[in-house]
Amino acid sequence: MSNRLRNLSIPIIAVLLGVVVGTIIMLISGYDAIAAYSALWSGAFGEVYYTGEVVRQVTPYILAGLAVAFAFRTGLFNIGVEGQLIVGWLAAVWVGVAFDLPRFIHLPLAVLAAAVAGGLWAFLPGLLKARFRVHEVIVTIMMNYVALHLTNYIIRRYLPSPSGDRTEKIHATASLRSPFFEELTDFSRLHWGIFIAIIAAIFMWFLLEKTTRGFELRSVGFNQHASQYSGMNVNKNIVLSMVISGVFAGLAGAMEGLGTFGYAAVKGGFTGVGFDGIAVALLGGNAAFGVILAAILFGALKVGSLNMPLESGVPNELVDIIIALIVFFVAASYMIRIVMDRFSKKGVK
Amino acid sequence: MEYVIEMLNIRKEFPGIVANDNITLQVKKGEIHALLGENGAGKSTLMNVLFGLYQPEKGEIRVKGKPVNITNPNIANDLGIGMVHQHFMLVDPFTVTENIILGQETTSKGMIDIKKAENDVRAISEKYGLAVDPSAKIADISVGMQQRVEILKTLYRGAEILIFDEPTAVLTPQEIGELIQIMKTLIKEGKSIILITHKLKEIMEVCDRCTVIRKGKGIGTVTVSETNPNELASLMVGREVTFTTEKTEATPKHNVFEIENLHVKDSRGLGAVNGLNLTVRSGEIVGIAGVDGNGQSELIEAITGLRKIDSGSVKLNGKEITKLSPRKITESGIGHIPQDRHKHGLVLDFPIGENMVLQTYYQEPNSKMGVLNFKNIYKKAKSLIEEFDVRTPSEFTLARALSGGNQQKAIIGREVDRNPDLLIAAQPTRGLDVGAIEFIHKRLIEQRDNGKGVLLVSFELDEIMNVSDRIAVIYEGKIVAIVDPKETTEQELGLLMAGSKRKEAGEVNNV
Ligand SMILES: Nc1ncnc2c1ncn2[C@@H]1O[C@H](COP(=O)(O)OP(=O)(O)OP(=O)(O)O)[C@@H](O)[C@H]1O
Ligand SMILES: [Mg+2]
Repeated sequence: MSNRLRNLSIPIIAVLLGVVVGTIIMLISGYDAIAAYSALWSGAFGEVYYTGEVVRQVTPYILAGLAVAFAFRTGLFNIGVEGQLIVGWLAAVWVGVAFDLPRFIHLPLAVLAAAVAGGLWAFLPGLLKARFRVHEVIVTIMMNYVALHLTNYIIRRYLPSPSGDRTEKIHATASLRSPFFEELTDFSRLHWGIFIAIIAAIFMWFLLEKTTRGFELRSVGFNQHASQYSGMNVNKNIVLSMVISGVFAGLAGAMEGLGTFGYAAVKGGFTGVGFDGIAVALLGGNAAFGVILAAILFGALKVGSLNMPLESGVPNELVDIIIALIVFFVAASYMIRIVMDRFSKKGVK
Repeated sequence: MEYVIEMLNIRKEFPGIVANDNITLQVKKGEIHALLGENGAGKSTLMNVLFGLYQPEKGEIRVKGKPVNITNPNIANDLGIGMVHQHFMLVDPFTVTENIILGQETTSKGMIDIKKAENDVRAISEKYGLAVDPSAKIADISVGMQQRVEILKTLYRGAEILIFDEPTAVLTPQEIGELIQIMKTLIKEGKSIILITHKLKEIMEVCDRCTVIRKGKGIGTVTVSETNPNELASLMVGREVTFTTEKTEATPKHNVFEIENLHVKDSRGLGAVNGLNLTVRSGEIVGIAGVDGNGQSELIEAITGLRKIDSGSVKLNGKEITKLSPRKITESGIGHIPQDRHKHGLVLDFPIGENMVLQTYYQEPNSKMGVLNFKNIYKKAKSLIEEFDVRTPSEFTLARALSGGNQQKAIIGREVDRNPDLLIAAQPTRGLDVGAIEFIHKRLIEQRDNGKGVLLVSFELDEIMNVSDRIAVIYEGKIVAIVDPKETTEQELGLLMAGSKRKEAGEVNNV
């Protein structure tokens, strides 16, 4: 079996195993698994409305997944996607609320604000890592909390709307919403952002695989000593890698702020999108195209699961279990690899 | 006499290459059996098959006459087979004892009995004359000591048959002598040893028999007492090999490279290079001879920009390069074959082709307007791979999958090809087979003849004597003598390296 095929088959096997074990759990707990899965399916693809919602959910997943994947490919572990997403969200909404501009300036400006905010939020952990070798995992985790509480404070203190714990609605000129898509999908919240996500994925692929800068970023990710020996500026590349990752995360926030919601609300806890991004990147093999596929799967599971309690009486938390199982099996891919090796050996003899 | 190990008609394939093609290896009890072959011939692969890391496609393995199926290293351990790898597998922050018992912890009431383990380790260490401190941290001990820890690890697990994969490549000459002593003790205690080495001298000195493989195929087994280095070399390469390097008289001209009163600290902040002066002229090879740890590594790192210079000046072609970044230094005309190929020389997870442009990827024609031109990069890589005889299935193969010697040849090809005004070669032939060494020496001399300067650092006195036009002896971070290789002897060099002053030493600073 070629290596490529094998790398592809591991996430697929992981997904199947997740579904199988999920089924067993449902059967043990006395639920009707078939009804659950058919409810899941129809909740995701049964009606255009649902499909629109799936694509809407997929959008931030792609960007959050790209953020994690990009950092990972360059040797960094960005756990701070969640925090970068939150600040990106607020920055986009702030531009959307505070300015009155024609659409062709206002919308790009709002998106840009999110990207810059996310990038800046990731700049600090990147700098600490480059300068003082402080581990990025610790710093980014802490900065998630800072982001959460700081944005809540800013919303309450500086941007509250009369209705309470959230900002005003953004102006229509900054919105990603698309009446055309909404009509097409029976008034789901599907918006233009999906194109931004796909462009971002293409951008990541091109940057990493084709450009001189990408060569340096990957090289530093694999071997800092050899990179330094060859004349690359290791510290600069570490910071840059973190910032680009943060830009993706900030854009994910823009999707929520300018697309799905049109405002930013005070949050009691994390959105979870940033953390799901870790799972998306892992399942997608940290490659741009893989991230898109994984995001589609996770988006469909998330949206489809909402239909499960209604249609089949199975609690939608079960989908979270299945997602957890899939992640587990991807992480345990070493195990799958061994089993596959055994099989391909047997096949030859 | 019975065989303890028999590997019969072993075949092992990798994508695009047959690494072992019908190889047979039979080891007698109580012998040291050498395994000899060119870089990439398949020695490490064969031993990894024996140790259970790879599964052969075909063939049979017998241990003490019994057919066995070694599907993983634990089974090899149980069968009494232990391996000391080409690259060590130790946990740095752990102590010697912790590393040795890893995976085999003796516990009492669920707790690791570290005292008992330490005593066991000490007992084995004394029995075989290893002199290892069981409570020292791996990070704090020398490479030679780390290797002994690997040996202890196999013995602790009850190994009867020990595999050594190029153990002497990373050792200093003195450490090699000690290792040979250890191997002799092991044999006396009834162990059997399979030894991979490229150094024919070592084979002649300690081995009983020698199996030769060439390009994955078994050539045969010879009794060492009935052969000589020349025959071994030609068996292995398939042609005659000359051992002395032929070269004409050097015709040095202007100074290419000047170091003045250089001071550099080591990683612990202690002075490693202490007021060093050295000059390399165009058209000459200057060899630096010295015992390991006298500032060689720090010197090289400092002049290539990898380590901070405290004071002093370094000039290339008359221009100051003391404070420049590695990139600027490279661009101004210095090439560097690093001592540690895995740490500095290669990005192991990049294809070998991309490793060939590690310093030039951003320049035309490799890159245009920030976009890499892979077609060009791989075309260039392919021609270098052919020119330097790097044995790899293709230029797209990951550097990690190449044999150690072929990784080295790739680095040398890359550095020589850039045609730098000064080429710094640190242990350039470490881990290379005799044929490849001959080739590399020729290329270094060719650089010289083209009017370039070459700075050679090596622990091998043979190499220093054969290749250099001038020898600079380094001791405690200073050049203490400059000698002419034609007028000196190994003995004299040895004395100088040990720090004994020589009459003319006072003149050195004027050279
Ligand atoms: N994991 C691997 N994947 C693919 N090819 C491999 C792998 N390991 C080794 N090879 C190939 O198999 C061949 C034999 O390699 P091996 O490491 O056994 O050589 P060797 O005799 O030990 O050489 P050296 O003296 O340079 O260490 C080489 O061509 C190498 O490129
Ligand atoms: Mg080898």
